[in-house]
Order: sequence, then C-alpha cells, then structure tokens
Amino acid sequence: MSAEHSAPIIEPGHSFATVTDRISAIVLTRKTGRGWWLGFGLAFALLMLFNLSITWLFVLGVGIWGINVPVGWGFAIINFVWWVGIGHAGTLISAILLLLRQKWRTSINRFAEAMTIFAVCCAGTFPLLHMGRPWLAYWLTPYPNTMYTWPQFRSPLVWDVFAVSTYATVSLLFWFVGMVPDLATLRDRAKDRISQVVYGILAMGWRGSAVHWHRYETASLLLAGLATPLVLSVHTVVSFDFAIGIIPGWHTTIFPPYFVAGAIYSGFAMVMTLAIPLRKFYRLEDFVTMRHLDNMAKVMLATGLIVAYGYMMETFSAFYSGDLYERYMVLNRWTGPYWPFYWSLIACNIVIPQVLWSRKARSNVSLLFVISLVVNTGMWLERFIIVVTSLHRDFLPSSWGMYWPTKWDIYTYVGTLGLFFTLFFLFIRFLPVIAISEMRGLVREEGGEKK
Amino acid sequence: MAQIFHPSTNTVARVSIFGALFSLLVLSFALYGLSASPYFTDVNQPKDQPVPFSHRHHAGELGIDCRYCHTSVEESSFAGLPPTKTCMTCHSQIWTNSSMLEPVRTSYASGKSLEWVRVNALPDFVYFNHSIHLRKGVGCTTCHGPVGEMPLTWKANTLQMSWCLECHRNPEKYVRRRQDVFKPLYEPPDNQEELGAKLAKEYKIPSPANCEHLKKCQMMTNCTTCHR
Repeated sequence: MSAEHSAPIIEPGHSFATVTDRISAIVLTRKTGRGWWLGFGLAFALLMLFNLSITWLFVLGVGIWGINVPVGWGFAIINFVWWVGIGHAGTLISAILLLLRQKWRTSINRFAEAMTIFAVCCAGTFPLLHMGRPWLAYWLTPYPNTMYTWPQFRSPLVWDVFAVSTYATVSLLFWFVGMVPDLATLRDRAKDRISQVVYGILAMGWRGSAVHWHRYETASLLLAGLATPLVLSVHTVVSFDFAIGIIPGWHTTIFPPYFVAGAIYSGFAMVMTLAIPLRKFYRLEDFVTMRHLDNMAKVMLATGLIVAYGYMMETFSAFYSGDLYERYMVLNRWTGPYWPFYWSLIACNIVIPQVLWSRKARSNVSLLFVISLVVNTGMWLERFIIVVTSLHRDFLPSSWGMYWPTKWDIYTYVGTLGLFFTLFFLFIRFLPVIAISEMRGLVREEGGEKK
Repeated sequence: MAQIFHPSTNTVARVSIFGALFSLLVLSFALYGLSASPYFTDVNQPKDQPVPFSHRHHAGELGIDCRYCHTSVEESSFAGLPPTKTCMTCHSQIWTNSSMLEPVRTSYASGKSLEWVRVNALPDFVYFNHSIHLRKGVGCTTCHGPVGEMPLTWKANTLQMSWCLECHRNPEKYVRRRQDVFKPLYEPPDNQEELGAKLAKEYKIPSPANCEHLKKCQMMTNCTTCHR
C-alpha cells in the first residue's frame, strides 16, 4: 500500500467530544472573524449587483444582453449549464459514495451538498431570466389552465424544468434530513434563547433515540437511492437541450455521457475550490485531510479524461460523418474568431490537469487550489464554445454573426457568484459545515475513541 | 436542562404539515376561482356607454340586421363600428328631440366620433377574422351571446383560449346554416350534432372529425392558425 492510502481520513487523537466541539464551535462560540465579514461583504455586494442587473433586465428586457440572431443563447444558457454542472459533485459525494460506502466522503459531504443547492439556485435563475417574461414561468408546469394546452412535452426545455426542479427538491431534502441530528446538537449546545428556538424548530424534535436513528438511516438510504439516478439524469437532460437540436456540434449522441462527466469534473473542482480555503481558515485540516484532497484530485483526473475523450469524439465524428457543416464547425472552433477560447479550454480542461498524475502535485495544496480554479474556468469556456461557436456560424453565411456579452451579461454572471457565495458564507456561519454525527461514527470506526 | 418548547409544540408541528398542504389547496382553488370570476373575465358585466344603446331594442325588437351597422363583418377581420352617420339615418327623423340622443346629434354636428366602450377585445397576439367564421357557419350569437336580448351590451364569453379551442376542437356542436348566422335570437335545433356534422362537411371545416375527408386534421388547433 502506498503512503497516501494509509493517510487517515481523520487525524488521530480525536474523540467524540473534540469532533463535536471543533465543528459546532464555528457556529456557536467562535467569534465571527474579520475574514468572514470581508468575504461575506464582498459576496453580498455582488449579490446586490445581481439584483440591480435583473431589475434592469425586467425594466428593459433581454435586449440589454448581447444575444441576437443568430446567437440567441448567450451567457444565460452558458451560466445555467455551468452552475447545474457544478452541483453534481455534491450529489455524487452524498448519494453514490454513500451507497458505495466510501468513508472518506463523510467530512466533505455536508458542504458539498450545500454547494449543490446553492449552485442549483444560481442555475435556476438563468432560464427564468432568459425567458424574457419570467412572470409567466409557471406556464412551464402542467396544470389545468384557461388556454386548454399543456407544455410541449416533446421539448427538452420542458424536461429541464422537471429535471432541475426534482434535483433541487431531492438535494434540499437530502441536505436537510442529513443535518437534523447535527441541528439537534447545536440546539442542545446553544446558549441563547433565539438560537435554541431556531435550531430547535429545524431539529424537528430530534432526541437521538434508537427509533430516530433507525428512521434517519432508512430515510438517508432512500434519498440516496433517489438521488443516485439524478446524478446521471439531470445533466443528461441538460445535454438534450443541445443534442435534440439539429445544430452542428450539438446533434451528437456523445453529449449525455460527456456532459455528465464534465459536470462531475467541474463539481469536484468547485468542491476543491471551497474546501481548501475552508479547511485552512477554520483549521479543519484534521477532518478534511490530504487524503480527501488526493481522492478528489483523482476523481477530477478521471472525469477530466472522459471529457477529453468527449472532445476527441466530437472532432472525430465531425470528420468521419463527412457532413460539411459539422466539419466546418470543428475547423471554425480551431481557427475561427473564437479560437483563443477554444484553445484555452483545451489547456484548462485537458493539458494543465494532467499534472495531477504526479503524487507530488496532488499533495501540494496551493497547486491543487490553482488547478481547481483552472478547471472551473475551463468548464465555463467549454459551455461558451458549445453555445456560441455552434450558433454564430449559421447554415447560411449571410446569417453569420458574432456574439459578445454586454456589461449586463457580465454583471448578471458575477452577480450569481455573489448569490452563491453569500449563501455559502451564511451556511458556514449558521450551520455545521461538516456532518458532526457522521464524524463521530468515523471516530469510532477509525479507533480514535476506544471502548 | 430546561425545555425549550412547550409540549403543545408537537401538536402544532403535526397540524402545520396538514395546514401547509391545506393552504396550498385553498390557494390554488382561490386562484382558479378568481381567474374564472367575472371580476377577472368581465363576462356578463354590462358596460356604460356614452349613449345607452340597446341591442335588444334595435336588433331584437326592431329586427335591424347586424350588418346594417357592422358593415365589414363579412369581408374583413374586423366587424366594424358604425359612424354617427349610421345612427342619424333614422335618428334624423325619429326621436329627434330625445335628450338621450343628445351626444349623437352633437357628434354629428361637430364631426367628432362617439367614443364607444369596447366590450369584446382580443389581445393583439391573436389573429382573429370575423369573415371566415361567418363563412363557415359560426353565428354572431355563437360568440357574442344573445345580443338581441341585451339592453346594454355585455361580454357573453371569456374569450380565453380554452373557450376558442372548445369550438375549434368540436365545431360540429356549434355551427349553423349560413342563412342563419345573423339571427339575433337563434336557438340551436334539437338535431344540432347531426346538422353540425353535415354542415362541417359541406362547409369544409378542417376539424378533427373531418380529418379523413380533408387531410388537414390539425389545422384548426395549430398554434400558428391564431398566433401568426
């Protein structure tokens, strides 16, 4: 066995009490640090920018964005796919790794699930904003109405509504149910009346009896079973938004698996981006150990290679098909006006992450952080390339055009980053970032607590 | 450790689950009720007009043909509102001193149109054509209700899309013979289904029932037929 395999998933010397103390202290007793206020303030400012930009959008309409014929899908769709993709790692960690009994998931699942929910919040806003008349969004749901019509069930955009809303619901339930015992811990340790009542309501009367634990385990397994197919289905449906359309570069069967792999790739990159500062600033290195970072880096490497295979197959089938438009699409990506984006995407998603083959690189925390940012950027560029390069060269050269975002596109995108991080900072401050009860279980299993 | 919650909280918690579901149910019924109510649809609400014009008197009792005033209904999408001149064809001779008709005379003298309050209006994103409906055997009162009985005119139907589709999916239930379309007090005969089916065929109405016959099954319910 190699050295890193023997690296612990929880540092030795911890008991039930130290685990509980360390994690609940972040919420209950530690002073809210200056760093938190700084980060929260910045995120909140960006959230206000988001509010400003969507208000202006509601006043003037989607004309304030850079979209026009032939590129009708701009930043809104790029960002939607990017955010939904990011969410996938949380579900994978909490559902699939739970079913596969991967113990190392324990300390990262809570904030990865939180990341999922916040990412889905950000993702969900974009299709609504993109509709132009968001106040009619309820038309997407099937209900008896005065129009005597149903949504167009043959359209993948309608499937999206079901996929994403199911995903949001299941993720939220999973996150909340998993948190109930920890909320009870916080309730019991809280000193002031307000936190006692708030955590008390959220804990829903949890007393830690055997019956409670039995139900808790059953519910977790059931939800994990429900969430597992979602890891694969949600981004598959998102890929159908493209693959069902007969646009060169979209209409391929490789899209669903390649999107799912890309989603997990970007999701793990985001978990890494969040985990590294989190463990540093809150001194959680004992719980989120080098073993975790190493495992996540390996998952990134594996999914990154699947994504690379996807790019290769795209290129191969474009030439193999002999289709003029498909071939031109690939050549246009390589040498057309968006070539810097394409080649940066290849660099970010394929070339640079190859350093993760080296064990030395995987144990260098700063390098891992940088790579996670690079992959996040690369995955965003991938969606940009997919959306824009396929559309901007229409079938008729007379309809060719270019797409560049306006400042409002950028404000809205940066604004959702604000929304995401605002929610995340609030989560760090008010909820247990690591599953206390599961960590206690880990302490027992890893032999930290004798008896 | 002191209790945080009173024991009754357990009951409150359980009730709140049902309460939430119940309120959702009530809310959706309330919304449905609101959207179907006259408050929202304006149905059966007589509108005040600059002159209290009575269709019951003119069309029902005197038997003036609809087309006497709504002149363009057979040729155009719009039925047409009569100019003051049309009123004056009779009212220059009868009721010439009626105070009720003072606005009509003023309008005629000044040349400034009477500003009637619109009763039936479709949104601009719907293409609607009066002439084709008459041509296919849809009577005035099929949509506008018993106009010959209205002292002040009101909207008889919601004009919601569900109402349009009701007929576009089953025109047999509503069509009448072409010579009957302008009857202000028309009552459908007992054999409407039978007559309707026969007329739909004869007038070549591209309804689902005439699918075999015309090979245009979806034409009447195609989105672009009305939303062009």
